[in-house]
Amino acid sequence: MGSSSSSLNNVPDGQQLMQETGFSAAHLLRLYERFKFLDKDNRGHLRSEDFEAVPELSENPIGDRIVGAFFLPGQETVDFSSFVRVLAHFRPTEKNRTRAGAQPEPANSRNRKLKFAFRLYDRDRDGKISRTELLQVLREMLGMQVTEEQLQSIADRAIQEADLDKDDAISFDEFRKSLEKVNIDHKMSIRFLE
Amino acid sequence: MEDLWCVAGAIFQLWMVVVVFFIMLPAMFGLSLGVTGVYIQILVKILEWATIRIQKGRQEQPSVPVPLHTGIIERARGSMEEQMGQLRCPRPPAAGEFCLSDAMYFCKKGLESIVDDQVTQRFSSEELASWNLLTRTNQNFYYISLRLTIIWGLGVFVRYCILFPLRITLAIIGLSWLVIGTTLVGFLPESSAKKWLSELVHLTCYRICARGLSATIHYHNKENRPQKGGICVANHTTPIDVVILANDGCYAMVGQIHGGLMGVLQRSMVRSCPHVWFERSEMKDRHTVTSRLRDHVAAKTKLPILIFPEGTCVNNTSVMMFKKGSFEIGGTIYPVAIKYDPRFGDAFWNSSKYNMVSYLLRMMTSWAIVVNVWYLPPMTIQDGEDAAQFANRVKSAIAHQGGLLDLAWDGGLKRGKVKDSFKEEQQKMYSNIIVGQNGIGPPEKCSQTKEDQ
Repeated sequence: MGSSSSSLNNVPDGQQLMQETGFSAAHLLRLYERFKFLDKDNRGHLRSEDFEAVPELSENPIGDRIVGAFFLPGQETVDFSSFVRVLAHFRPTEKNRTRAGAQPEPANSRNRKLKFAFRLYDRDRDGKISRTELLQVLREMLGMQVTEEQLQSIADRAIQEADLDKDDAISFDEFRKSLEKVNIDHKMSIRFLE
Repeated sequence: MEDLWCVAGAIFQLWMVVVVFFIMLPAMFGLSLGVTGVYIQILVKILEWATIRIQKGRQEQPSVPVPLHTGIIERARGSMEEQMGQLRCPRPPAAGEFCLSDAMYFCKKGLESIVDDQVTQRFSSEELASWNLLTRTNQNFYYISLRLTIIWGLGVFVRYCILFPLRITLAIIGLSWLVIGTTLVGFLPESSAKKWLSELVHLTCYRICARGLSATIHYHNKENRPQKGGICVANHTTPIDVVILANDGCYAMVGQIHGGLMGVLQRSMVRSCPHVWFERSEMKDRHTVTSRLRDHVAAKTKLPILIFPEGTCVNNTSVMMFKKGSFEIGGTIYPVAIKYDPRFGDAFWNSSKYNMVSYLLRMMTSWAIVVNVWYLPPMTIQDGEDAAQFANRVKSAIAHQGGLLDLAWDGGLKRGKVKDSFKEEQQKMYSNIIVGQNGIGPPEKCSQTKEDQ
């Protein structure tokens, strides 16, 4: 029988999450239903196995990294707040939003989206994408389709172009600079239907 | 006390008279008194009124969330190549090259599938655009108005106290008639009379069962009905599919022998006409299965086989991958598309949530089952086509006719994991963009800074 949790009151920290992330009540409810749907054993939190049950994610070459982005370091479960906070990065950027200086940067700003993408590469969170980390991502995205030499040469070229201070790693600023012409908002946003 | 028993006896007799003369006998002869038709029309009117009422209520209470049954997010269109090309700098490099933004494509796709994926939603019941006054579909609708609640209450009374006993009676009569009838026919020697009688028994029994579910079936394109010696292929939503199809023709069923009540049914059915039942051990051996089916088809006088190539129940919004085994048998394939109208009751059997008995009880306490069956023109395997491609062709035809989504995903994903080959496909597509078909493309500069130097 369908559950009738059709009120924001049933969503844990509903009001607070709405303010923090900018999701509307309807979208938040939708996400909560999705969260409960993924949480097949009704534990109240998600583990990596619950994510792996989504077939389209299993076919994604960097699926594991994406799932990893939901888990805080050292944690093995994701509760609803963390779930929503990660997804908040993918809300479309509001165009004419002005904010007072003291307000924290919204999760879906261009900068935060770039940071999210950066962290996909920079797994050890040291603020730089090292050559090894880049090679790892490339290997995941290309699998067995390319040889080791081809992989090295792709990584070489990528670092050559983006690495401005020649420390053989790509820092966040260099990452941002190399992507300044890319329409990040469009490509790192998920549009919810009204 | 005596009076009470007398009254109860009289009611029971009246009940049986009503059931037998007004429902069973007409059903056996394929006639209809038109009662169900009127019932459906009344229901439609009530449901339309309910929809309008809910929409009005929603306007008055803006905080009520709107159900989104077509998916909650907008999916980007275009192939991997097109989307990555858009991601890159204004001057896309000629022969392809890695850009740091490529990971964003996979990232966005991954997150889209976390929020709303195409596959897992097929294994749970379809969401309705508007409440159909059944508690079980009340996921996103709650108290809107008093009148609606009263109608709902009336509906509960009608469904559980009037319709349900009626349907149970019919189902019991239908099934016992099947067992008794087929066993009796089984005693006759092989002859055309036996075949005719067996078809009669099967047909009447399934018709009674269909009445037992208040099923209204619309058959389209009856000229394409499956012929003897052919294989009938249909999309699978529920075990009731069998009853729906068998109301209009006789089929040879294929399946595993079960124990209990199902086993009794199966064993008696096979006495009167040749169905194909397998022991559990035989099912594992594909060759045994294929060869037995092949023998059945080759004897052109036997009834058409009924097969559901998806291998599992799917929620009737899409058609999942057809297993190619059914298409390797040879013979003519008669595709059939079955589409249930979800307003009157959710026909999908979610076998992980409900067992057979509770599922049947739910079916019998829904409003009705309204279903459209389209018979498609027969298809045969063409030269240069292998079984998998043929299966896909048939699947597309069925999906197109029934207005269902044609998915390439395997229904077995309900229980199992994705094969690694899918991930390799993605990697292959990506490496074609980056590296080209052979070797690395010429070095093209992606960022502006190098150009300026």
